[in-house]
Amino acid sequence: MQTFTQRLANPTQFMELSARVLPWLAGAAAVVIAYGLYLAFFVAPPDYQQGETARIMFVHVPSAWLSMAGYTLVAISAFGLLVFRHPLADVSAKAAAPIGAAFTFLALVTGSLWGRPTWGTYWVWDARLTSVLILFFLYLGLIALRSSIEDETLASKLTAVLALVGIVMLPIIKFSVEFGKTLHQKASVLRLGGPTMDPSLLHPLLVMALGFTLLFAALHVKAMRNEILRRRVKALQMAEVERAQAGRLAAAE
Amino acid sequence: MDLGPHAAFIWTAYGVVALVLAGLIAWLILDGREQERRLKDFAARGVKRRSEREAPRP
Repeated sequence: MQTFTQRLANPTQFMELSARVLPWLAGAAAVVIAYGLYLAFFVAPPDYQQGETARIMFVHVPSAWLSMAGYTLVAISAFGLLVFRHPLADVSAKAAAPIGAAFTFLALVTGSLWGRPTWGTYWVWDARLTSVLILFFLYLGLIALRSSIEDETLASKLTAVLALVGIVMLPIIKFSVEFGKTLHQKASVLRLGGPTMDPSLLHPLLVMALGFTLLFAALHVKAMRNEILRRRVKALQMAEVERAQAGRLAAAE
Repeated sequence: MDLGPHAAFIWTAYGVVALVLAGLIAWLILDGREQERRLKDFAARGVKRRSEREAPRP
């Protein structure tokens, strides 16, 4: 009897299972995000200090969380490739990188748009903002490194090593607001002692975070499916070349 | 809906999020269709992967 992870290790079984799961995952993401948007605009009150601009939080904070969660996924997948040689680990790492980069970009842009009315500036080179910008460049570096090496096995190993080295950025980002000089507020949800945010704002935020997480999962599964198909196409291209060479050899004899 | 004097920042933030996520979804759907089209093309020409050409195990 195969375990769940053993079943997932087989690309063909992953394709069958993911084809069944993906529509439900995407549907759940759409429903939860729609409910989250309703809460964000029609139920959540304006913040007592920041007023209406605090509504940017409902897209900024989930994007920022997922920028870090996405990188954790890339790093775990890289570990799975280098240590366990899991057949889908590299597929997962490759699929997660552009999605994580997109959410990091959204965290930076929405944070900047929130910063202008709140701090009076779009950008400051402080510890939190700069470390998240470095995370964005790290994602781009992973994508660029992989696409610059033609040998796919070598590319996946080198990218995995860089991904594991880059994980040092995650604690730096997390604790940058505690130790660094920054305009960014300290953690108010994921902190020891529990959230400091009022439930009227916390509830819509958690719903949006759940919706964004479901969307991330759906996008990741879809990207993994695409990557498996791309590798099958590549295998067929190789098979076609082999067949043509065999045909030429047979004709020559 | 009155979002106050900073409404433009709020709408721009939500607009950028919608645009980027819609772009990501569209890219993944189109990429998936392209790979499936190429696989069908190979199948139509009778090209099979090595694993598919091997005799089934007893």
